[in-house]
Amino acid sequence: MSSKILLSSKKIDIILNRLACQLIEKYPDFNQVVLVGLQPRGIFLLDRLVTLLENDYALGKVISGKLDITFFRDDFRRFDKTLSASSSQMEVVIEGKSVVIIDDVLFTGRSIRAALTSLDNYGRPLDIQLLVLIDRRFSRHLPIQPDFIGAQVDALEGDKVRVQWKDQKQNDAVFIEKK
Amino acid sequence: MKKLSVNHLLGIKYLKEQDIHSIFETAIHFKEVINRPIKKVPSLRDITIANLFFENSTRTKLSFELAEKRLSADVINFSASKSSVSKGETLIDTVNNILAMKVDVVVMRHPNPGAALFLSQNVDACIINAGDGTHEHPSQALLDIFSIKEELGDINGKRIAIVGDILHSRVALSNIFALKMLGAEVRLCGPKSLIPKHIHSLGVTVSTDLMKTLKWCDAVNMLRVQNERMDLNYFPSNREYSQLYGLNLKKLESIKKEIVILHPGPINRGVEITSDVADSKNSIILDQVENGLAIRMAIIYLLVAKLNIPQV
Repeated sequence: MSSKILLSSKKIDIILNRLACQLIEKYPDFNQVVLVGLQPRGIFLLDRLVTLLENDYALGKVISGKLDITFFRDDFRRFDKTLSASSSQMEVVIEGKSVVIIDDVLFTGRSIRAALTSLDNYGRPLDIQLLVLIDRRFSRHLPIQPDFIGAQVDALEGDKVRVQWKDQKQNDAVFIEKK
Repeated sequence: MKKLSVNHLLGIKYLKEQDIHSIFETAIHFKEVINRPIKKVPSLRDITIANLFFENSTRTKLSFELAEKRLSADVINFSASKSSVSKGETLIDTVNNILAMKVDVVVMRHPNPGAALFLSQNVDACIINAGDGTHEHPSQALLDIFSIKEELGDINGKRIAIVGDILHSRVALSNIFALKMLGAEVRLCGPKSLIPKHIHSLGVTVSTDLMKTLKWCDAVNMLRVQNERMDLNYFPSNREYSQLYGLNLKKLESIKKEIVILHPGPINRGVEITSDVADSKNSIILDQVENGLAIRMAIIYLLVAKLNIPQV
């Protein structure tokens, strides 16, 4: 398997700042916005954006939650392994608020469909938008498209796009791994 | 997460330690689900589950049924007294007729030990044992230990006492298997007439002194005296049993240490446990009921994960 860097640490930093600015531009009142990171990998992007918005852009307290969608997935029983759940931390009110779902890579769109179903359990938001770091184009199984995009990638079906965060490893990077 | 090593839950003795950890890990997440405003997930929307109860049950039946509904499975219920069993139908015939309706999972309670194993060998469905006579009650043991773990942390090295009618208790046997597998020390306590011979061979110690046992243990599981299974008198009177083996506040205070108190229910208040103890801060009896739901959701979820998807 060969691995190639798609985005370097510097480029990811620029993208994160742009995404933060786009969110501020879109939502003048951030008290009415809830950022929801999807477990297990979207939460790293969520944490970075929340830190940026609160510290560098001085937005005060940004409302955020972490959502696990394991039990809402439609591919249960289709893997060799049992899907492992993570914990949801959704001590936030989404009723009447604007929700932004945050994930690292958008591929088939099935995770987002599961997230939309799961969010129903917490209330009826005013609207829901989707923010992703990487949009793998031309690979969707469902009519789902992102509203805020870090970078677009055209990768073959069998390829893997892997996001690495400096919270886990030494630096930020996005790799494409070919079979 | 690895898949379970078994295709049915017939008893704790068929499980591996890793299976128990997988069930506990999954149950933590389901406990969070059942505390949400909407307590339901769609995981099992294409699954049908039959609850076959050939013996009376209140909380196990309700708990399994609710667990199945919280996972969005379709549920059918069957109780022996209102069925063709009373017309002479055999167990396999009854179950095969139900399976002909395309049922994926069977949850069964039966008065005969080994009934679940027998069924798993003769019908094509995933079987969950909800109690087979005086043999095993695996889901109860798992919820008991999950509840102890919430209070005391890691089970390894903990001292757990099981007090009362061990002879007729499927809860005791399943608890012993699971506790030993997880590295706990287990002591049984009760009148000699209610402790099976050769029980030492399972690696447990036996005592007839309740006070010593209480001082020794970190948690105590007070079992119900199963009068309905007793064909002769195993002790002189309920009053004498209660004095020697019943847990009351005076005994609890006299040991001068905090212990966790469990009871699998239904409680004979005033016999094996008094109301003031059952309702005290040391008692986790109601936590057991809540955890029972999460544990049963985890068991069903992990077993269904092993079912093959029918090819179209």
